[in-house]
Amino acid sequence: MTRALRRCLPQILTLLALVALVSIFFPQFLAISFENGRLTGPVVDIVKRGAPVALLAIGMTLVIATRGIDLSVGTVMAISGAVAAWTLAAGWGVFPAVLLAIVAGLTCGLWNGCLVAYVGIQPIVATLILMTSGRGIAQLITEGRILTFSDPAFAWIGSGTVAGVPVPALLWLVTGIAVAFIMRRTALGLLVEAIGINRSASTVAGINARVLLIAVYAASGFCAALAGIVATADIRGADANNAGLWLELDAILAVVIGGNSLLGGRFSVAASILGALIIQTVDTGILLAGFPSEYNLVIKAGLVLVILLVQSPNLSQHWHWLRMEIRRQREPKPIGSRDTR
Amino acid sequence: MLLTIRDLSKSFPGTKALDSVDFDLAAGEVHALLGENGAGKSTLIKCLTGAYRRDEGDIRLDGEPISPGSTAEAQSLGIGTVYQEVNLLDNLTVAKNLTFGREPRRFGLIDGRAQRAEARRMLEGYGLDIDVGRDLGSYSVAIRQIVAIARAVELSGKILILDEPTASLDAAETRMLFDVVRGLRDRGLGIVFVSHFLDQVFELTDRVTVLRNGAKIVTEKTAELDRVALIRHMLGRELEEVEAEQGADHTRSEARRTVVDFKGYGRDGLVDPFDLTVREGEVIGLAGLLGSGRTETAELMFGIRAAQRGEAKVDGEPVSLTSPREAIAAGFGFAPEERKTDGIVADLSVRENIILALQARRGWAKPVPRAEQARLAETYIKRLDIRTSDAEKAVGELSGGNQQKVVLARWLAMNPRFLILDEPTRGVDVGAHAEILRLIGEITEGGMSVLVISSELDELVAASDRIIVVRDRAHVAELSGVEITSGAIVTAIAAPDAGKVA
Amino acid sequence: MKRILLTSAALLAGTAASAQTVGFSQIGSESGWRAAETTLTRQEAEARGIDLRFSDAQQRQENQIAAIRSFVAQGVDAILLAPVVATGWDSVLEEAAEADIPVVLLDRRVDSSEDLYLTAVGSDLVHEGEVAGQWLVDNKPEGECRVVELQGTTGSSPAIDRATGFRNAIDGAEGIEIVRSQTGDFTRSGGKEVMESFLQAESGNEICALYAHNDDMALGAIQAINEAGMNPGEDILIVSIDAVPDIFQAMANGDANATVELTPNMSGPAFDALEAYWADGTEPEKFIQTESRLYTQDDDPMAEYEARKDLGY
Repeated sequence: MTRALRRCLPQILTLLALVALVSIFFPQFLAISFENGRLTGPVVDIVKRGAPVALLAIGMTLVIATRGIDLSVGTVMAISGAVAAWTLAAGWGVFPAVLLAIVAGLTCGLWNGCLVAYVGIQPIVATLILMTSGRGIAQLITEGRILTFSDPAFAWIGSGTVAGVPVPALLWLVTGIAVAFIMRRTALGLLVEAIGINRSASTVAGINARVLLIAVYAASGFCAALAGIVATADIRGADANNAGLWLELDAILAVVIGGNSLLGGRFSVAASILGALIIQTVDTGILLAGFPSEYNLVIKAGLVLVILLVQSPNLSQHWHWLRMEIRRQREPKPIGSRDTR
Repeated sequence: MLLTIRDLSKSFPGTKALDSVDFDLAAGEVHALLGENGAGKSTLIKCLTGAYRRDEGDIRLDGEPISPGSTAEAQSLGIGTVYQEVNLLDNLTVAKNLTFGREPRRFGLIDGRAQRAEARRMLEGYGLDIDVGRDLGSYSVAIRQIVAIARAVELSGKILILDEPTASLDAAETRMLFDVVRGLRDRGLGIVFVSHFLDQVFELTDRVTVLRNGAKIVTEKTAELDRVALIRHMLGRELEEVEAEQGADHTRSEARRTVVDFKGYGRDGLVDPFDLTVREGEVIGLAGLLGSGRTETAELMFGIRAAQRGEAKVDGEPVSLTSPREAIAAGFGFAPEERKTDGIVADLSVRENIILALQARRGWAKPVPRAEQARLAETYIKRLDIRTSDAEKAVGELSGGNQQKVVLARWLAMNPRFLILDEPTRGVDVGAHAEILRLIGEITEGGMSVLVISSELDELVAASDRIIVVRDRAHVAELSGVEITSGAIVTAIAAPDAGKVA
Repeated sequence: MKRILLTSAALLAGTAASAQTVGFSQIGSESGWRAAETTLTRQEAEARGIDLRFSDAQQRQENQIAAIRSFVAQGVDAILLAPVVATGWDSVLEEAAEADIPVVLLDRRVDSSEDLYLTAVGSDLVHEGEVAGQWLVDNKPEGECRVVELQGTTGSSPAIDRATGFRNAIDGAEGIEIVRSQTGDFTRSGGKEVMESFLQAESGNEICALYAHNDDMALGAIQAINEAGMNPGEDILIVSIDAVPDIFQAMANGDANATVELTPNMSGPAFDALEAYWADGTEPEKFIQTESRLYTQDDDPMAEYEARKDLGY
């Protein structure tokens, strides 16, 4: 447990620093109140709003651990959201809507996985295919409009609460814990890391890299489906044009801020989720601080750059060196001290 | 002398790739450069072509000291190189490839007609009748090879280095290439010829220089060298040492139970069909030169490449070996030659690397308990004397020998029935070398069967109960008992009709 | 077979003689509004007995240019063009002008000389903002009114012009102040997320009105206000622009107060101008501004919803 904590320490510190920074511009940032049976406050908004990216980041972490990347997750969100809204509009009810949306996400993931593992297309290209074509599929399902519904049970997934806590926040929490648990309590995590570091050697050692790759992309599709359900339930409508737009990039960024290497190998789901929360804190912080919207992207880019710089191993070495230098200069020099007498 | 190299040395972290090597090249000669993998051939060539900077030594071209810093500089000095993989652009025309970078211009624009004329002029004397306006990619490898030679000769003009030029050519194409090379020799070029094919070396070259472990072993006139002597130079066994090395009890493999039996096993273009019977507790050595089919045999047996013909039986039952997983299920293990790319998983810890194959066999849902993992790691770190600060250190941080031991530990932890070791002692220091050999003896005592592939004859002679000799992708001889001497192996590798030796 | 061909040829010849043919190069179907514009243009043409040749450019200018050339070659009587970008139209418009085919621009403008087209039909984006602002000036509660604004995509011309118009209208009025302004990218989810932050930052009951640059953002914001336990439309007045069907439903529920119509019926005024031109060569004004009509809860929103829901929004 302490090892996992130490792994996530840079992300936790970054998050705390960000919270402190936002609090300067918006002093009530940490205020949480209990109103109408739900917790409210900026922090609650963050854990709720961060849900889609956090969910995507969980799946993306696994894909990146195998030295892959999944560019299609934003589009898969739109597809599964469209499927869910379509099912609701057809009057089939909540349970089939959720089920079909997840099936759609898994199918997209399997498609990606097969392209990567069997056809041998590079992950970035394989998932790019679905990224660009998938939105068209979603638009076909919604017939180009925002497909709205008024099913309160489905909307609950997006805006409901359990004991005051927003459902989307619980969703990523449960998914994150479940995935981390499955990865670390079984041998999946080790096998995924092995194929990410050296697929050839792993194959010689008897690891079934193909099946693992497909499973990992399917997991990413599953997480994207959950994110799509949350986004659709949140606005009570499937917006094929805008749902999950560019979120694949935020998800990749979350994984990177989480300290996971894009070259595959060692991964931490918890750190990626923290990365997603860091991104959402930046987003929400910008909104709360009330700067003109022209500055949004510049501020976000600047903060992300600083975060990545501070976390980079190179810089931490320099930092270490700098500290040693300062300490050395502070120590009184024996000869010098004699001279002053 | 056209080219004189004296005391050339080049080191990389941990290894001395070239150690005080001398090499001479006369104008109008074809000089073969031979040696096994890691002997230093490519380092020598790279020092010549400017890809590497030498650490020490003297290179003179026409008596002038030179020190090329890049391929372009080497070219302008007169040294051109053609590699096995032709480094020209297949989607440009022959003419464009030949004049690339120095196109004839007219009013600042490329003059296509002059370009084609120039290309035809360059190809004169190569006996090629091809349309220089067609894409290079539409011609065979041999023609592309010759076009590359024509370009290199045009740009450099004094020395031509041919690195494995015939590796992907058939017999007729090879003959065509040789005619070109002889023509260039007669024009006064000095040609360095690197190849694994000894027949070609004897056919084409005037002199031979053999490198081994970064040192020059010998330079001799090809005509005065016999095949056996040449192979001895390459594999490093002097005949007189052989008798003393017959340590292993070569008679013990008689009348043991058969574990694995390959019948007519082969794959087109990879290994000709072979028969091989593996008995319990037996060490089989696989001898042959690099590129002769030894590693390919191992890959076929372990399912990395699927066999097209023949069958394999384990305990008399036919088994399918089309993937490493199936081979492992049949009780096989394989420590590959390319340790870094096919063996270790560098960022994982020693412990994780050791249990990796075991875990893969158990399936993801049944993790090896942490206590069991720790016990296995501890056991094998001790038993194989793996030098590591602790079991959690990343394998990539260990030395080559210790990495090899980790790969061995991975397979020993599986307790396989048949373990294939491809060059288990390459890049391993002397101490670890001996330990690995001792280990092979130890595990076969326990009934495991081992197949060892090695370039080092003394190692094979010392460890093996039986030796299979591979040449030109075919198993050509089998030696057992008292027949196992390095002399016999060398003769089998060298002899054109080696099949009769066994 | 031959007879069918002959009949259809005769039919074609017949229509060509009696009715006018108009080519319509549409940008694509990227939004519901665009789909509604296409539907309404088809309906208008049918009602007037005009033979409409429709071409969907799928967001590509080269497709539009090709379509216009093909219309010119077919010898149509007029061309409707909804241009995907503002520049690069000169040569193809000149070709149409040389063939004496009048071109009417729909919805968006081009940078070419005014001589190259008959007229442009469109909405005045600044005016839309002014209508929305005026509604708030007329309907604001007594005393101070703190307004939050959901802007369109930063830097887009609707976002800039609708912001300008709104400010023009409230400039003279007492007590109206825009306290927060942030982009919601014209999307529902954007509108909802930003409204949540407004509610946090301004503590909901301090906000008197919301101005959203489009209905979709307003619809997202309504959900945010609802979830914060307040009544949109009462606690916070909501005025937005576009008049998509869903906002009428919200108005019928009392959740939204007013919307300014960006009518998808650009072709109606366009056909009017063309018919006058064909009849006696009347040159229309170079810009025909469509009506930016204000709809409130008093305008029978349910009926408006029913009228619009099948237009393809």
